[in-house]
Amino acid sequence: MTLTAEKPSTLTSQNSNFPLIFERSQAGRRGVIPPQAALEQNVDLVALLGAENLRSSAPALPEVSELDLVRHYTGLANRQFSVDANFYPLGSCTMKYNPKVHEVAAAWFTDLHPYQALETAQGALELLHSLGQSLATITGMDAVTLQPAAGAHGEFTGILMIRKYFEQKGQLEQRRIVICPDAAHGTNPATAAMAGFEVVEIPGNARGEVDFEALEAALSPHVAAIMLTNPNTLGIFETRILDISSKAKALDIQLYYDGANTNAIVGRARPGDMGFDVIHLNLHKTFTVPHGGGGPGTGPVGVKAHLEPFLPGPIVIKNLEGSALAYGLEHDRPLSIGRVRSFYGNFGNLVRAYAYIRSLGAEGLKDVSSMAVLNANYLRIKLSEQGFATAYPRINMHEFVATPPKGLKTLDFAKALLDYGVHPMTTYFPLVVSEAMMVEPTETESLETLDNYAQIMGEILRKAQANPAWLESAPYTTPVRRLDETLAAKKPVLTYQKMLATK
Amino acid sequence: MKYTPHTPQDIQKALDVIGVPNVDALFDDLPVGIRNPVLELPAALDELGILEHMQSLADKNKVKGPNFLGGGMAKHFIPSAVNALTFQSAFVTAYTPYQPEVAQGELQALFEYQSMICQLTGLDVSNSSLYDGATAVAEAALLALRHTGRNKIVVSQGVHPEYRETLHTFLECVGAELLEVALEGTHTQNAVIASDIGAVIVQNPNFLGTLEDMQALSDAAHAAGALFIAVVDPLSLAVLKCPGEYGADIAVGDGQVIGNAPNFGGPAYGFITVTTALMRQLPGRIVGASKDVDGKRGFVLTLQAREQHIRRAKAKSNICSNHALMALQSAIYLSSVGPQGLREVAVAGVVRAGQLERALKNIGLERLTQGKFFNEFAVKLPIPADEVRSQLAARGIHGCVPVPAVYGLGHAGLFCATELTSEKDIETLVAALKDILENISGEN
Repeated sequence: MTLTAEKPSTLTSQNSNFPLIFERSQAGRRGVIPPQAALEQNVDLVALLGAENLRSSAPALPEVSELDLVRHYTGLANRQFSVDANFYPLGSCTMKYNPKVHEVAAAWFTDLHPYQALETAQGALELLHSLGQSLATITGMDAVTLQPAAGAHGEFTGILMIRKYFEQKGQLEQRRIVICPDAAHGTNPATAAMAGFEVVEIPGNARGEVDFEALEAALSPHVAAIMLTNPNTLGIFETRILDISSKAKALDIQLYYDGANTNAIVGRARPGDMGFDVIHLNLHKTFTVPHGGGGPGTGPVGVKAHLEPFLPGPIVIKNLEGSALAYGLEHDRPLSIGRVRSFYGNFGNLVRAYAYIRSLGAEGLKDVSSMAVLNANYLRIKLSEQGFATAYPRINMHEFVATPPKGLKTLDFAKALLDYGVHPMTTYFPLVVSEAMMVEPTETESLETLDNYAQIMGEILRKAQANPAWLESAPYTTPVRRLDETLAAKKPVLTYQKMLATK
Repeated sequence: MKYTPHTPQDIQKALDVIGVPNVDALFDDLPVGIRNPVLELPAALDELGILEHMQSLADKNKVKGPNFLGGGMAKHFIPSAVNALTFQSAFVTAYTPYQPEVAQGELQALFEYQSMICQLTGLDVSNSSLYDGATAVAEAALLALRHTGRNKIVVSQGVHPEYRETLHTFLECVGAELLEVALEGTHTQNAVIASDIGAVIVQNPNFLGTLEDMQALSDAAHAAGALFIAVVDPLSLAVLKCPGEYGADIAVGDGQVIGNAPNFGGPAYGFITVTTALMRQLPGRIVGASKDVDGKRGFVLTLQAREQHIRRAKAKSNICSNHALMALQSAIYLSSVGPQGLREVAVAGVVRAGQLERALKNIGLERLTQGKFFNEFAVKLPIPADEVRSQLAARGIHGCVPVPAVYGLGHAGLFCATELTSEKDIETLVAALKDILENISGEN
């Protein structure tokens, strides 16, 4: 008897849509019954809340059983790449392994309420205090706020402190400009604009560094800050950083360090020693806070002493004057830029970053940047052997930008990789390199994984050269294939209700 | 601990391929004088050491016992399935879904989240989350300024004090003016709104727990051509009139109370929903439905021309990372309890808060707020609220969030009840407060 493979039809067919949770809903079906649910029976809400305050109909939320719920979100998780399942060399994103022990430890702190009596939260405050000190040590800064929720939020906080610094000096009207390299992350110019500054972009040079002469020419007493990423978004260390910082210092221009690429130098060099006045760190990059499908991140900001009075409050203080507690919160900060969010920051993520620093110590952190840079350069050579030129062929840092042979599109390589179970590199960024493939393998990947990735890229290239149409139609095996992004933007369907209405 | 996989042989092999003699040589671009600083950090710990150390820190906190803390966050029941499903490694360790073919899980889950938060608020369009309630208020105000071309924002003092402080920080740097409307008693005054105001921001229930007349406030804002921004408790929307019903243009708030742990203040997430007219002014990532080349339904990040990675200095906001995982947790929570369960959670809080109010009144602690309240209210106290909070803490009870002095209410504290509050919890609190009050009168 011969067995033949036959595709199943109907519900399990590859061609059917994965249902929305709303499409699984049945009126009257119950999932989890909350505590004290019986209190809802026979209650007179009109008397309790007033008829004028009651909504006219219940929100149309899904009505599913607990097993429906589990099947649905397990099914969705199965339709998702992640660091735990896939190599994920996204440039500038530092998709390293997120240790499981951090998740275990973080779960011990989730029930803390931000307004509980401080004597019942001394462990949390001690952790915040120690973490702030460790981050100051690691970056070479004098003081740190842990409040910002993300890198961009940290940038905003930092730029506002610079603004306040010049306001105190009576130079706010004069200092209107923030300088960014043209290869900077989009958040840099967006932040400067959000903080009310004009943005001037400086080009790069042939070596992949910021054009020093162009930068020098742009410096004037009208400039408030220079925002730099170092190594920059091309993965190149700005070798003239000390010249840049001394030029800036001479004009009292504040030097801002975008910490997105800290993984390249952590434990080996400190932005504070390079002359930076303000930095933010992305704890969700260098310090292993998981990315969570887009967040929550965490973006602490460190400053040199002259900017310390402007930090947002409250700040955790050891042995605060007038308090019997070991750790207290200092709210009275008259020169502060003010709050940038509620409470004290993304505490749950700060727990994870703290656990990471305590796990590695100084030597372990140095090993992180060492192996991150080793891996990136190894992969750079391996990819160039497969036919992908490096945009700046020199020793790169933790990431590098490669390009495909002429006539081939980076987008198509990204899509083809998906069939191989590998997440693509960052594509089309930075904008200054056409068909950019920005690759950041991180330190937690083995050479075997890197070899495998290079071989896959080579195989895709050879298949594409033999059959361009094959490449242009990839991917073939993913849950959905190339999606129509123009349709999505032209006729936005952003909710299930809208989807029903458009049908 | 060590998470790098390299053996000495691996390192040598890689160095040979790269063509450098040693690892230090990879860092030759760094100025000599700044290389290899000595970092004074505590010694590294192994995994058991880390667990013991973290446990010792956790043990210095006290989280058990009856909990009446509110003031923008509150501890609620989170079903086991919600944590188990949210913290699947595929969701936790994924990046932003920029490659939609392999991120349909995240994209669809966020599309569903957007749909649910629109249902709760009664508005048309949601993004896929912001950082928290405070920054959501600030982003809403900036949106209103962009949309109206005006330069002034009116905010009620009933809006959470930390949200207002954040709003002030965000508006000051762009030269916008922030006008605060004082509370009349414990309600927002319905003042006449000037025609140069971009938006009026009111919180319901307000920081003191009072239900506001949102319809009248919304009408007053619209009469001046201003947008009306409602800051809302999403749990309350199971039963309370939703922003869409009173004509709000924007609804924002903090999503912690629907399925997130308080986490000592974060991460939870901020939500923002708007009318269709404001869709293209929304900050942050938005998920939309589309079709793939085979005609199959799929989801993508859309309307990206608003965002920093495309528009740079002209973006609607600088936001990049959002709080997707926490929004996902809320969506799973809302699906787990459904509309009836959410109503039960909300009503349990209302019922228990009513019982708590009467019980406190019986021992002479009067509610300061007039009118209706949801699950929280302010009480007048004979001594500073932080002292009451500490004395309760000494008795194993969490409660009495201090009402800031700027409200001019004297010593006042907030008490919040939820579906976790039992009758016994109320009795325990009342007994403790009675004891605390008697000790004061004894001292006098």
